[in-house]
Amino acid sequence: MQDRSAHLVRMDAVSKQYSTRSGGSVTALHDISVDIRQNQFITIVGPSGCGKSTMMKIAGGIIEPSTGSVIFDGHRLTRPSEEIGMVFQKATLLPWKTVLGNVCFPIEMIGLSMRDYVPKARALLDTVGLRGFEDVYPQELSGGMQQRVSICRALVYEPKLLLMDEPFGALDALTREELVLELLRVWDERKKTVLFVTHNINEAVFLADRVLVMTPRPGRIILDLTVDLPRPRTLDIEYAPEFKRFAEQVREGIYSSKKKTEFVN
Amino acid sequence: MGRKQLSDILQSAVFGILALIGWEILCRVAAIPVWLLPAPSRIWTETLALAPVLPRHLLATVEGIVGGFLLAVAAAIPIAIAIVYSPLFRKMVYPPLLMLQSVPKVAIAPLLLIWIGYGMASNIAIAASTAFFPIIITTSNGLQNIDEDLLDLTRSYGTGALKVFWKVRLPWAMPYIFSGLKVAITFAVIGAVVAEFIGSDRGLGYLILTSSGTMNTAAMFGVLLILSLVGIVCFYTVVFIERVMCPWYTATELT
Repeated sequence: MQDRSAHLVRMDAVSKQYSTRSGGSVTALHDISVDIRQNQFITIVGPSGCGKSTMMKIAGGIIEPSTGSVIFDGHRLTRPSEEIGMVFQKATLLPWKTVLGNVCFPIEMIGLSMRDYVPKARALLDTVGLRGFEDVYPQELSGGMQQRVSICRALVYEPKLLLMDEPFGALDALTREELVLELLRVWDERKKTVLFVTHNINEAVFLADRVLVMTPRPGRIILDLTVDLPRPRTLDIEYAPEFKRFAEQVREGIYSSKKKTEFVN
Repeated sequence: MGRKQLSDILQSAVFGILALIGWEILCRVAAIPVWLLPAPSRIWTETLALAPVLPRHLLATVEGIVGGFLLAVAAAIPIAIAIVYSPLFRKMVYPPLLMLQSVPKVAIAPLLLIWIGYGMASNIAIAASTAFFPIIITTSNGLQNIDEDLLDLTRSYGTGALKVFWKVRLPWAMPYIFSGLKVAITFAVIGAVVAEFIGSDRGLGYLILTSSGTMNTAAMFGVLLILSLVGIVCFYTVVFIERVMCPWYTATELT
């Protein structure tokens, strides 16, 4: 039995049904139970439409589950919490605020002291290589730089949980690799619990302590894989046989589920 | 100002002056009757002759435009906000609004005249009714077009609805609102002049009408020119306010 207090998030028998326009209902998630330990880096991987994003939004309290419950930090989660930071596929920055203003936006909204957090925001921007861009408007930055700003925004107020919904999905492959490495570096520095959705198998294995593989219709977790590769990780780890074995397992998980649904159909 | 822009302006100026000279020569050589097409020199002298009464009329028109524009803004923006936030209000207000919009404003003007009476108040009301609609459309569009993820994110900080409106929705809608305001100010110019045509004893529109009555075509040209200058100044005033209030948006537009 694991130590209960070490669990930051407990999802217990969570299901989510959506009603369709024609009056029927679609099960987006079916009976999901996961315990997420403090400071774990968890990636969720699966084909599109498997309910990854729905699961993430439920974990963040943005949408409520139809049945089941989410316990966050010892309390039942019923609404979005400022203890949870979010990064989306799009950077979703405020075009009327400068880079620094965007990073400090949560501070302004939560009502924390700007004086305390501006130095922290500057330090964060520094670590992701955006020093000197503090007073620039986000639309003058490249997509990769914008996403860096949005990661800084999610980290600046030190939330306990970081939810990342395909944050690098819209970026080109090279920028993506660069940002994955940067994210790991930042994560190593200030350990945090991360839930990271992706459809890229290598990215999922490379980042994770633990990979959850999901299958669609209804969204279920069919594989819960612990990735015990040593940290800190560098890109050449992808050539290691252990890495390939993990990636193979994840791929098999996705593939086997696909065959099964085809068979049922 | 860049060298390229300067030479562009110079070229336009040279073309303009050449056209004026051509116009003058044409009128003199072909002996075109002055009531049909007055020469530029004639327009100039007739307009100068109007100078003593011009400020009074100019001021009246500007008052009609600015008053109508401000009234339209003050009415349209709150209505647009209510439309976005209340589906019931939307259902109630949209059909009559659409009906109102499909009627040409010139056709409503006489009715407003009966209700409000002759004078500046009806001029302002007519200008406002012309300028009103584009502001409603763009403002409600802008407030609605907001990124849902951004709203989720802002709410996750525990931000209340009022603060979300002031700090996120409204700034997000600003460029949309200003695109409506730029259309609205030109509509307000039309509305104000139409109002002066229909029932007024002051204003540039009234001056055009009386000049037409005395077949003083040269004065009409002069007043039209002044009117177009008024329109340009009004439009660029709104553009200037936009640049001050939305520096982020105009900054990227210019680069």
